[in-house]
Amino acid sequence: MSHAVAPVRHILIEGNKSYHNITEDLVSPTEKSPTREWIVAFTLSAAFLALYIFSIVWTVWKGIGEWGANRTINWAYDITNFVWWIGIGHAGTLISAILLLFRQRWRTGVNRAAEAMTIFAVICAGQFPIFHMGRVWLAFFIFPFPNTRGPLWTNFNSPLLWDVFAISTYFSVSLLFWYTGLVPDLATVRDRATGFRRKMYEWASFGWTGSAKHWQRWEALSLVLAGISTPLVLSVHTIVSFDFATSVIPGWHTTIFPPYFVAGAIFSGFAMVQTLMIITRKVLRLEEYITLNHVESMNKVIVLTGTIVGVAYLTELFIAWYSGYIYEQFAFYNRVFGVYWWSYFGMMFCNVVSPQVFWSRKIRRSIWWTFFLSIVINIGMWFERFVIIATTLARDYLPSSWSYYRPTWVEISIFAGTIGLFFVCYLIFTRVAPVVAIAEVKSILKVAGDQYIGKNANKKHH
Amino acid sequence: MASNSKKVLFGLYNDEEDLKSAIKVANEGHLDIMDVYTPFPVHGLDPVLGLKESRLHYLGFIYGATGATFGFLTMSWIFTRDWPIMFGGKPYWSVPAFIPITFEMTVLFAAWGMTITFYTICGMWPGVKAKTLDDRITDDKFCVAFDVTDASEGDVDQLRGFFSRTNAAEVNVKTI
Repeated sequence: MSHAVAPVRHILIEGNKSYHNITEDLVSPTEKSPTREWIVAFTLSAAFLALYIFSIVWTVWKGIGEWGANRTINWAYDITNFVWWIGIGHAGTLISAILLLFRQRWRTGVNRAAEAMTIFAVICAGQFPIFHMGRVWLAFFIFPFPNTRGPLWTNFNSPLLWDVFAISTYFSVSLLFWYTGLVPDLATVRDRATGFRRKMYEWASFGWTGSAKHWQRWEALSLVLAGISTPLVLSVHTIVSFDFATSVIPGWHTTIFPPYFVAGAIFSGFAMVQTLMIITRKVLRLEEYITLNHVESMNKVIVLTGTIVGVAYLTELFIAWYSGYIYEQFAFYNRVFGVYWWSYFGMMFCNVVSPQVFWSRKIRRSIWWTFFLSIVINIGMWFERFVIIATTLARDYLPSSWSYYRPTWVEISIFAGTIGLFFVCYLIFTRVAPVVAIAEVKSILKVAGDQYIGKNANKKHH
Repeated sequence: MASNSKKVLFGLYNDEEDLKSAIKVANEGHLDIMDVYTPFPVHGLDPVLGLKESRLHYLGFIYGATGATFGFLTMSWIFTRDWPIMFGGKPYWSVPAFIPITFEMTVLFAAWGMTITFYTICGMWPGVKAKTLDDRITDDKFCVAFDVTDASEGDVDQLRGFFSRTNAAEVNVKTI
């Protein structure tokens, strides 16, 4: 035995797998006809996607007046949904980049699907600001390019423009990172396929052979991409928080926003990964690759980030009181006891109280609890954004302008529709590409497979 | 990259440890390995094969520095020369406000530059036909390949002897 394994290492691959078993188990979902569950889920998602297209066409045709946003609450449902989706889109790069730098082996079981989720979530997020522009056919004005309008440039001092750069960079870098990781696995699919399918994967895998030098460069590239994606992922939600923090609105103009938003993004992203992974491992029968140890590790991240978010909420309240500034104090009084008190309490319960049950190991390792709480956290993080955006704007400096906001059916349909868009993308992904990174799982087999470590290890194995 | 077809003699091993010990034997016998193919990145293979560390990350630094310079200078030029506009009483050249975009441009250039370089130097691109020796190399076989296009029969016999001594599971010849 050439590899010494510390006894504290967790088993991450169960079922006494050989390399060939891994290939077989992870590629076969893309080779078989879709299961009945998949068809039902896809039909349902496609119906929501149709609803999305309908309500977007409605918005573009009739105008933004079809939304419930008004002059006082001019950012409302759409920006809430934008920040919610962007937050969800943080877990993928966090898992693949930061956990790669920290050499956390459990990332190999979930990174591929989490990165895919990131990309789809960012696509969903992008819909909201793009269509909020109103004249969507002029959306390209947000990019600076030499033009005949003056020349009229974008405002590089505006956090909204920083957002354009941050999110488009994040999207394209995540896509590169994900696809480059996928190439060797697409080659595995290619080498098992025949006919037209083989041609398709031949094209998609770029002619990958598995040469030692290529692997070396591939690892070097992954490491550097991870290194630059780590500050990138932190920068994205920091910049999203600047959209609020650089304004002069009490309740938004706070220096705690960047770390608080980033922790919240990781928190909600991991919750969404849990929701998806628990369904995926069940439907595709990947319980031996996405084990309870993976679920538990992610729940530990959730309890940590949930607690950070909780501390941030309380800090905000304390600082508002301690500042002695009545407008700030009123903004926070209004958050807790104002017209939208229910969303504040929803946020507090879902984000701060509920994840605390994960201090119990038994609950951390319970599939049902994890699934239930991941949904609760997703709802809670939606409330958080709604609290920050709508509650703050509803009661501004001028009492004569105070207002109340409720979404119209168009806005609700767009939001529900983006969930359809997200799942359509995800379900197609589970059909065309291996959901678990095959090569990376193989590379940890001898240090994390149950025949090598743990109490059932077979010591005589090669 | 206009390479003519090569005749390749290759052996397949069942385990990465067998592969590594076989390569050590080949090194001792001064056999000229054409390439080694594996289904996943095998730890400790590079030193055995004598592969030098990839220089991709130096390029990454250069691309990143280019992106940072380009982003910062473009914003500076636009706001001080091409179309100076005062926003909120701030100076035209408001450097702190340029930091976020400069950072994003650094990452964007580094990531795209490195990825494009990676695919280019590996000769990989959509539409490239993989020179696959055996379909199981991306599954569970570890392959050592020798170029025997111009090899004499004696050389080939020596290589076959090497494969049988190092317990290769299979030995085949293929023209790629």
